[in-house]
Amino acid sequence: MEIKVLGSGCSNCNKLYETALKAVEQSGVQAEVEKIEEIDQIMSYGVMLTPALVIDGNVMSTGKIPDSSQIVTWLTTAVS
Amino acid sequence: MANPGKSRLETERPAAEGGVNIALPGGDLGKHLTLMAVGLVAWILMYRELAGLSQWITYDVFGLAEGAALGSSVQFFTYDAPKVLMLLTLVVFGVGIMRTFFTPERTRAILAGRREVAGNFMGGGLGILTPFCSCSAVPLFIGFLTAGVPLGVTFSFLIAAPLVNEVALVLLLGLFGWKVAALYLVTGLSVAILSGIIIGRLGLERWVEPWVYEMQTGEAGIQKMGWTERIEEGWEAVKDIVGRVWPYMLVGIAVGAAIHGYVPQDAMASIMGREAWWSVPAAVILGIPLYTNAAGMIPIVEALLSKGAALGTALAFMMAVIALSFPEFVILRKVLRPGLIGVLVGVVGGGILLVGYLFNLLNVADLVL
Repeated sequence: MEIKVLGSGCSNCNKLYETALKAVEQSGVQAEVEKIEEIDQIMSYGVMLTPALVIDGNVMSTGKIPDSSQIVTWLTTAVS
Repeated sequence: MANPGKSRLETERPAAEGGVNIALPGGDLGKHLTLMAVGLVAWILMYRELAGLSQWITYDVFGLAEGAALGSSVQFFTYDAPKVLMLLTLVVFGVGIMRTFFTPERTRAILAGRREVAGNFMGGGLGILTPFCSCSAVPLFIGFLTAGVPLGVTFSFLIAAPLVNEVALVLLLGLFGWKVAALYLVTGLSVAILSGIIIGRLGLERWVEPWVYEMQTGEAGIQKMGWTERIEEGWEAVKDIVGRVWPYMLVGIAVGAAIHGYVPQDAMASIMGREAWWSVPAAVILGIPLYTNAAGMIPIVEALLSKGAALGTALAFMMAVIALSFPEFVILRKVLRPGLIGVLVGVVGGGILLVGYLFNLLNVADLVL
């Protein structure tokens, strides 16, 4: 599974990255977490608020940091 | 999204099988509403007792002398600190819920292809309601322009959003009353609208980095939202914003309280008074490097005002602190040529100057204080 954290290096983007890593660990799902900072890539997802979370190409949240439990739910739903 | 009334009913209980499953523990609408009602009643009951409470603490518990400098300072602090924090919590919660109705996607759809003036009015208004932090300014700017929102309208939006700030609004409401708060809202909006119209008229599209218009943008899937999630967003906003600004605010109110008790009456009249014509531009220039301390700045300004500073000067200072922020210009430099950043600073700064002089000239302070 592919998880992407979109955002050009603001402090919230780093927080979301950490939260996503934690959620992957909690869920036990095999996933790679990647930080995307290039503006053209961010725009290609149609995201206007950062940080944004993308799981397997789907934009799950924008402009906020979801709880790690919330991300775990998304991850396990995406697996099944 | 096209039919919010319908989607609200459908998503009251998030579908268990959907891709976006937002079933948080305790995410029950009834529970949230009960909690909100109880909270509101407790809020009102407490708020009504604040003045008496501060009197009691200052003069009975601490046994300070009424009318003396220390007593006056302590009473100012014990009244204003809880009052402003309570107002902030309530307003941020309300605004947090309201903002769930104004996503940037929806705002962009409303503004795309709008004509000047009418578009600038809507852009300014929506700028207040659509939430974003300055780190999202670049993606928003690109997203708006590529979707056909005119440059001037985009700027009205981008200027209004930080300029009319809910924390500042609450502080003004709590410390000065609703008239000054309304004044701030109207003048802030006017500066954003006028600046956008001027930038649009100047035809400065050539000063936007050319790659911005060629960018390929995607379409993000929009998540549906029910009332449970909207209320949760309100709580999140309270945790985030109140959690971030309360230390600044308490320090600001403490300094304000000290000024209130110890600085002699009319001490500020010669420096920040109406007769000192240079005080307005000085306030604007001083406001540019100051940014994050807006929450702490207003209680200090309020205290200075009570010592003879002019309202126009104070208002100009506050607006400059909030709207002209150096870090944001650095971020916008990615998409704007330096010339356009210069125009932006000039137009917004000029608007703020105008507001400052106007209010000093009219002597609105007599009217509202």
